[in-house]
Amino acid sequence: MNILKFFTAGSVDDGKSTLIGRLLYDTDSILADQLEAIQNANRKNDDGTVDLAILTDGLRAEREQGITIDVAYKYFQTDKRKFIIADTPGHIQYTRNMVTGASTANLAIILVDARNGIIEQTIRHSYLVSLLGIKHVVLAVNKMDMVDYSETVFDAITQKYKTLAEELKLKDVTYIPVSALKGDNIVHQSERMTWYTGESLLHFLEQVDTAVEDKSEKARMPVQWVIRPQTDELHDYRGYSGRVVSGSFKVNDKITVLPSGASSTISKIEFFDKELEEASSGQSVTIHLATDVDISRGDTIVNSSALPQESKLVEADLCWMDTKALDTSITYLLQHNSKLTKCKIAEVVYKVDINTLEKHAADEFKLNDIGRVVLKTADYLPFDFYDESKANGSAILIDSRTNLTVGATMFRALAD
Amino acid sequence: MSKYNFDYLDELEAEAIHILREVAGQFEKPALLFSGGKDSITLVRLAEKAFRPGKFPFPLVHIDTGHNFEETIDYRDSMVARLGERLIVGSVQQSIDEGKVVEQKGKNASRNALQTVTLLETIEKYQFDACIGGARRDEEKARAKERIFSVRDEFGQWDPKRQRPELWNIYNGKINKGENVRVFPISNWTELDVWNYIRREKIELPSIYFAHDRDVITRNGQLMAASPYVNMDDEDVVERKKVRFRTVGDISCTAAIESDAFLIDDIISEISQSKISERGARMDDKVSEAAMEDRKKGGYF
Ligand SMILES: Nc1nc2c(ncn2[C@@H]2O[C@H](COP(=O)(O)OP(=O)(O)OP(=O)(O)O)[C@@H](O)[C@H]2O)c(=O)[nH]1
Ligand SMILES: [Mg+2]
Repeated sequence: MNILKFFTAGSVDDGKSTLIGRLLYDTDSILADQLEAIQNANRKNDDGTVDLAILTDGLRAEREQGITIDVAYKYFQTDKRKFIIADTPGHIQYTRNMVTGASTANLAIILVDARNGIIEQTIRHSYLVSLLGIKHVVLAVNKMDMVDYSETVFDAITQKYKTLAEELKLKDVTYIPVSALKGDNIVHQSERMTWYTGESLLHFLEQVDTAVEDKSEKARMPVQWVIRPQTDELHDYRGYSGRVVSGSFKVNDKITVLPSGASSTISKIEFFDKELEEASSGQSVTIHLATDVDISRGDTIVNSSALPQESKLVEADLCWMDTKALDTSITYLLQHNSKLTKCKIAEVVYKVDINTLEKHAADEFKLNDIGRVVLKTADYLPFDFYDESKANGSAILIDSRTNLTVGATMFRALAD
Repeated sequence: MSKYNFDYLDELEAEAIHILREVAGQFEKPALLFSGGKDSITLVRLAEKAFRPGKFPFPLVHIDTGHNFEETIDYRDSMVARLGERLIVGSVQQSIDEGKVVEQKGKNASRNALQTVTLLETIEKYQFDACIGGARRDEEKARAKERIFSVRDEFGQWDPKRQRPELWNIYNGKINKGENVRVFPISNWTELDVWNYIRREKIELPSIYFAHDRDVITRNGQLMAASPYVNMDDEDVVERKKVRFRTVGDISCTAAIESDAFLIDDIISEISQSKISERGARMDDKVSEAAMEDRKKGGYF
């Protein structure tokens, strides 16, 4: 069995939390004591039925205000698959929390309110989904009960979104008309929309193929920790531990260590009490080399036949996540896998206007702004482009004055 | 030599090992909080997988309420002996003796809340900058909201409205003086995942997780161990029942369930069919709708 990670996006009150509550409820994933707790809660729907959104709105402030502030993670499984859901906030003020939930997902459910159609927040979230390289999108046209389950309304929204999806290069979009409140097309096929011949949301989620997401074949393992027992029997033991982020390593492969450029051969791959002949993307292992090489945390082991980009200047998309605006005169810290290096924003190439998706020059970069910058790092970064490898093509920016995570960056091109 | 077939347990395991190694790499003085429960026992196995044949880059820390199941302490001591790792014990009894906290009174008194004070004192005494814990997001709705690297202020407080963004698999462990980070490597595991992992790895558990005969009383609809640590009066009727524990904490706040499950397979099928959550057996969560959030804001795990 494998895991599908997905998240819900869309504007405030489009029904994201309700949709997740409905998915859990109709798959019988809510346990009796949790159900009792929501039945006893003060927040109820207008018609007196239980408000399923409080299943994920776990904070006091969220329940009081009836909105989602931060991501909630929920887990359920069917016979076919395990699911990890991130319920993210729709409010623009909390976009960074939405990005947090989105960054680890393989699929996005973007909700729109059938009455309002595509609005600014739909565009913003769709844009973020495209930036973050999330391959599969479901456009869930919600609150169909409020528009008499009208096919015309659904078609109009679908048509409009197709133009947007094309512009954003979202290739795999599935359109489903739903009512999260009433349960139409969430788990069960709706009887009130017989004109819709597609699958219910759950059915779709169960079978969507996510097998070959990160397609990079290039073997990379950032070293997190060096194991050196220094005991009598293991006097010469030296193992380099980390998680393979793309491609795969085999025993006897020729490897290069970056940034030093030293090369060697893999003599052994260990995983606790097992020896492996191969370690592939996603596995946490320990690699041994045939020769003595100086390696420490922050170095990256790569296959010598497929070297990464190596540069101190890189063009990257940036989502700014701090209330304090970007300051091009100061030095930030950049964290790329296990590597931490100093970094300046050498240039703001453009900022994106979320309403029109137009790019324009800017010298200011504030909370929730998105655009393109040139990063200049103190050390060479051994990276790949984000399109090829999410893990080796992304980094975060940290403000060393506050230690907060202030930016998410995705590497797009070499800069000169 | 074997080729690896990567399924969901492998994926969860690889993620947890990655997180543990990030802690080792990013912090000066980390610690692993060991409660004696199945989740922290799972963490210990994951730490072995992350760091063996080297030593753990952190000690194990047990915040001892003094109101333990004997089986948990026996288990702890033999485990530490087998591992050859360092154990630090923070004693709630000592905090009480020193007058730093006051024992609760009444029928439902528990030392669960007092633990936080001892925990914070222990963190301060040893200057821990990161504490690894076995909390899972599926346990409780406030936990469902917490980051994997969760920054706490000098007083151990969690501020749910000011969590840092946490992107991809990049964990920012930079903190200001006085702050520390709580780290949750098995955030994305469910109760069933933990049991399936324990079965797969053939991990031994304290015997109280399996069905056994025990004297119990019924309190607020829950079965509590008839123990000197649970305040009893004439109204309480002691009965002998076949029970097991689904989660293990302080005796005075952990309820048992009636069960015949002797074997791990029985437990897994029992949980798969259960209609009650694991935390349903914790008195400490029943207090109010935001009980866990409030405790976390106060420094609890
Ligand atoms: N009529 C109708 N109402 C709905 C439907 N789905 C959600 N709602 C209502 O819309 C309101 C907002 O729902 P939520 O699920 O809290 O919205 P959200 O998208 O999670 O909002 P934020 O997380 O704050 O961005 C609630 O009153 C829901 O009951 C639907 O399908 N039909
Ligand atoms: Mg919501």
